[in-house]
Parts: sequence; C-alpha cells; structure tokens
Amino acid sequence: MDSTTPYYDWAFIHISLPNLLVIAGMIVLFALALVAPFPHGRRGEDGRG
Amino acid sequence: MDAVRPGAQAEPEPTSWTLRTRQLIDRLLPMDHLLPDRQPYYVGSWVYVFGVITIAALVWVIVSGVVLAFMGPQWWHISNVGRFFNGLHFWSVQMFFIFMVLHLWGQYFAAGWRDGRVATWMIGVVIFGVSILTAFTGYLSQQNFDSQFIAINAKDAMNGAGIGAFFNVLNFGQMYGLHVMLLPIGVTFLVAAHIVLVRMRGVVKPIGAEGGVRS
Repeated sequence: MDSTTPYYDWAFIHISLPNLLVIAGMIVLFALALVAPFPHGRRGEDGRG
Repeated sequence: MDAVRPGAQAEPEPTSWTLRTRQLIDRLLPMDHLLPDRQPYYVGSWVYVFGVITIAALVWVIVSGVVLAFMGPQWWHISNVGRFFNGLHFWSVQMFFIFMVLHLWGQYFAAGWRDGRVATWMIGVVIFGVSILTAFTGYLSQQNFDSQFIAINAKDAMNGAGIGAFFNVLNFGQMYGLHVMLLPIGVTFLVAAHIVLVRMRGVVKPIGAEGGVRS
C-alpha cells in the first residue's frame, strides 16, 4: 500500500498507473455504452418508448 | 370549439404575481414535461444513463457528507463505522466525477447545446468547475498528513495566481466551511437548475436522428 506507484512518460504527458487505469476504464465504458444493447420497453406508434 | 361572442370582454390580465408566476410555470414546465412517462426512442441508449448515475452518486456524496459533518474528524479517522463513511464519501465522489465526465463526453459528441440548450450546457460547465473546487476543499478538510501536504504545496499556486489572500488553503476553517456549506449548496442548486432545463427542453436529439423532438 505504501509503495510508490509507477509513472509513465510520453512527450509532455506524465501520468501515474492508477490515473492511466481510470482513464482507460472510462474510455472502455464509454465505448460499451455506445454499442451495448439497451433493454427496450413497449414502443408506441409515435416511436416513443 | 368556442366562438368569441360579439361584445364579449377578453380575459383580464392577472394582477396577482402568484397567478402570473403559476401561469408562467404552467407554460414553461408543464407536469408532463417535468415527470414524463414516455421518452423519444433515441433515449434508449446507455449514454443517457451517465447523467442519472452522476445524480445518484451526488445523492450518496451528500448523505455520507452530512453524516461525516455530524460526527467529526476523530470519528471518521478512528472508528470502523467512521472509516466506512469516510470511504463511502470518497468513493461516491470518484463515481460522481467519473460519470460526470462520461456524461460530458456523451453531450459533447452529441453537441448537446443545440436547439436552445446553451444555458443547459453552460450550467453543466459551471457545475464541473464548482465540483472541482468542492473536491479540492474536501481534500484540504481531511485532517490528516495528506491534506497538510496538499495545502502546503497549493499555497504557492494560490499565491502565484493572486488569490491566496482571500482563498487561504492553510486556513482549515475557511476550507472546511466552504466544503460543507457554500460549495455543496452551489452544486446542488446548479444541478437542480440543470435538471429543470433538461426537462423543459427534453434531451437533445442525436445528430441525424428522426422522429420525436422532445419527451
């Protein structure tokens, strides 16, 4: 718990492993939200769910 | 269809401000817009869930924050239940920020400011900024070595920005007061205004989508 976390450098970017993992997880979650099927209820004649 | 009879008088303008206010609210935000039971088909996407999860996280932030404020730093650092609520407060804030940013991405790529929704977008921008300030004062209110480290290092930045005189990160009372009172009220008020505006206009129609324009 008390050990220092690794940091990664890429050009001007200097980021810790935990921050990198959070951002990567958010990008994955966003991509999943775009493609994952959403459970639809009954849709009315006017196209509303 | 009602016909207007010759000689009939037009309805007089209401003189009561309460009546005028009620009529304005009825016109701008009727109940079927405020609490709709049906939504346009394009709302059936997980992207629209991000904003709701952000609100749910904010509820947990406030609930756990109220408990922490009642019980105090010794309780939240030492007792098991206190440490649990400390963790609950911290992690619900993490969820709040993660899903607020996901909501921001979704609205940015959908150009959520279109069709008269500029105020909704701009209030969201202000919520983001005020939330960062709230989180910052929260880190300074932890009452541990971590908060002291952050305060000592942030002091130079605040002085460099020219605001150190009236926003003193070394002043625990000021930071704690801002964190538990002024800033949470600001965030809550702005979020309420944001939601009311969303209900008035409906969610933004995705670019290229056809059909219903509002809830």
